[in-house]
Amino acid sequence: MTGAIYAEGLVKTFGDVRALDGVDLDVPEGTVLGLLGPNGAGKTTAVRVLTTLLKPDSGKAVVAGIDVLRHPNEVRRQIGLSGQFAAVDEYLTGRENLQMVGQLYQMSGKAAKARAGELLEQFNLAEAADRTAKTYSGGMRRRLDLAAALVVRPPVMFMDEPTTGLDPRNRMALWDVIQDLVAGGTTLLLTTQYLEEADRLAHDICVIDHGKVIARGTSDQLKAQTGGERVEVVVHEREDLVPAAEVLRGFGKGELKVQDHTRQITVPVTGGAKLLAEVIRELDTRGIEIDDIGLRRPTLDDVFISLTGHAAELKEEESE
Amino acid sequence: MTATVATQPAAAQPRNPISQSVRDSLVVAKRNLIRMMRIPEMIIFGMIQPIMFVVLFSYVFGGSMNVGGTTDPAVYREFLMAGIFAQTVTFATAGAGAGIADDMHKGLVDRFRSLPMARGAVLTGRTLADSVQTALTLLVLAVVALIVGWRVHEGIPKALGGFALLLLLGYAFSWIGALIGLSVRTPEAATSGGLIWLFPLTFVSNAFVDSSQMTPWLRHLADWNPFSATVQACRELFGNPGVSSSGAWPMQHPVWASLVWSVLIIVVFRTLAVRKYRSATS
Repeated sequence: MTGAIYAEGLVKTFGDVRALDGVDLDVPEGTVLGLLGPNGAGKTTAVRVLTTLLKPDSGKAVVAGIDVLRHPNEVRRQIGLSGQFAAVDEYLTGRENLQMVGQLYQMSGKAAKARAGELLEQFNLAEAADRTAKTYSGGMRRRLDLAAALVVRPPVMFMDEPTTGLDPRNRMALWDVIQDLVAGGTTLLLTTQYLEEADRLAHDICVIDHGKVIARGTSDQLKAQTGGERVEVVVHEREDLVPAAEVLRGFGKGELKVQDHTRQITVPVTGGAKLLAEVIRELDTRGIEIDDIGLRRPTLDDVFISLTGHAAELKEEESE
Repeated sequence: MTATVATQPAAAQPRNPISQSVRDSLVVAKRNLIRMMRIPEMIIFGMIQPIMFVVLFSYVFGGSMNVGGTTDPAVYREFLMAGIFAQTVTFATAGAGAGIADDMHKGLVDRFRSLPMARGAVLTGRTLADSVQTALTLLVLAVVALIVGWRVHEGIPKALGGFALLLLLGYAFSWIGALIGLSVRTPEAATSGGLIWLFPLTFVSNAFVDSSQMTPWLRHLADWNPFSATVQACRELFGNPGVSSSGAWPMQHPVWASLVWSVLIIVVFRTLAVRKYRSATS
């Protein structure tokens, strides 16, 4: 059984660069796949292939049960795309933008008008509906762009870095919108560089780098792969590092890491909060003063670093 | 393996391809016309330039230009107008190019390409809207021309025929602009890329000087220049002086030549532009 979005062995090269190097994807109906990777990893290329914008050199893609390469126009009826840029006409009003998109989805003028009104209401743009999009803030343009992708309530949605460039408040507002959408049964493929975003929105995550899927699974599975929880301690005085390390070695289940300049000690553990309490008591007994202590679970950032050898956001400068 | 997702069509069912194509083109044309109305300075600048040309050419060159054996400035002004009209319509190239490059740049072309719409409609809509702007510019320019002394002498129907040929030429050139717009990365590049080659094209022609006074090889180029055919046709239809007596076929049958050239340009450049659009990447 394959999903609402299915890809097998997608390859796309641009000159010497293999933007996609054999990508397989399978997104079950009604779920969200987070395609995670740094700039230039191939995320956008994958979205462009699946949304009929780009022909792959080889491979197979099926969206909503329709072969993307054979019947691109039928696929277009079933999908909504919200790209990296807010693709709205800035000289048209919000309402005019949505009406135009509705008509180009082959809705009647009347139906497109009614739907535009609904969406403006839903996306909190009703007040700005008759102003040109030029006057909109970045967050409003993003919402309008997303509304345009939803005009026909497509069963399958693609969002390419939907929150890039948004401030935290707008980002969270958009996350709420996306969650509502998915609750309504839409299948979504979402690309992002923000690990937090994938963690929050996606059921499954594919980590992609240099055109290849290098890991896949749920957020928890990926984190488990990276390793379990650990205790991090920051001591107050540098000379306490040695005795504190001794204490932690007693509790640890693996290699101890000591960072001299930050006065930090990290050690993998099992036993959770109960163990943490014991560590604190023991340090206290020995009179070691601490600035900070905590039980850390791996973040998707850790996953990314352990998989690729570099942090997700570090690569931004050397993007496409 | 294929997906087994139960799908109901999200968008409405496909209609007849031709009526869909017409409707989609009109939707896009409407969008471009709304844009034009909201950026009136673009239309105004588009008008100032040809008006400036009329004034500069009439009063600076007029009097030193020999048309049909006379250097009477009034004769040159009548002669000049068909050339200015034709040059003006070809400037639609730059507008179409810049507009489409801008749409690519802003990701709008990606959005359009992901919609179940007719493939050529984005470009057709743009070129149709440009024709409306061209018509408006021609109207204003004709009034200015009347003020400086240009007249039609062959009756209104023929004059309207001349303007129809001009509009068709402008429409054809906007398809060249569409191809340029899809081929370059930025609106700025599309504007200059849409304009630079227009200068040699419009100057190596009968538009501003009597081509019979050019050196033979240049005159040959001018006689076969697609642009010259429309200028010659307009001079005939307007009854203006300076109709070339060259034996070249386009100069002998300028109305036909103008039609053939324009249709040929549309067919060739529309095909190339639509093909380019289908694989466009912003």
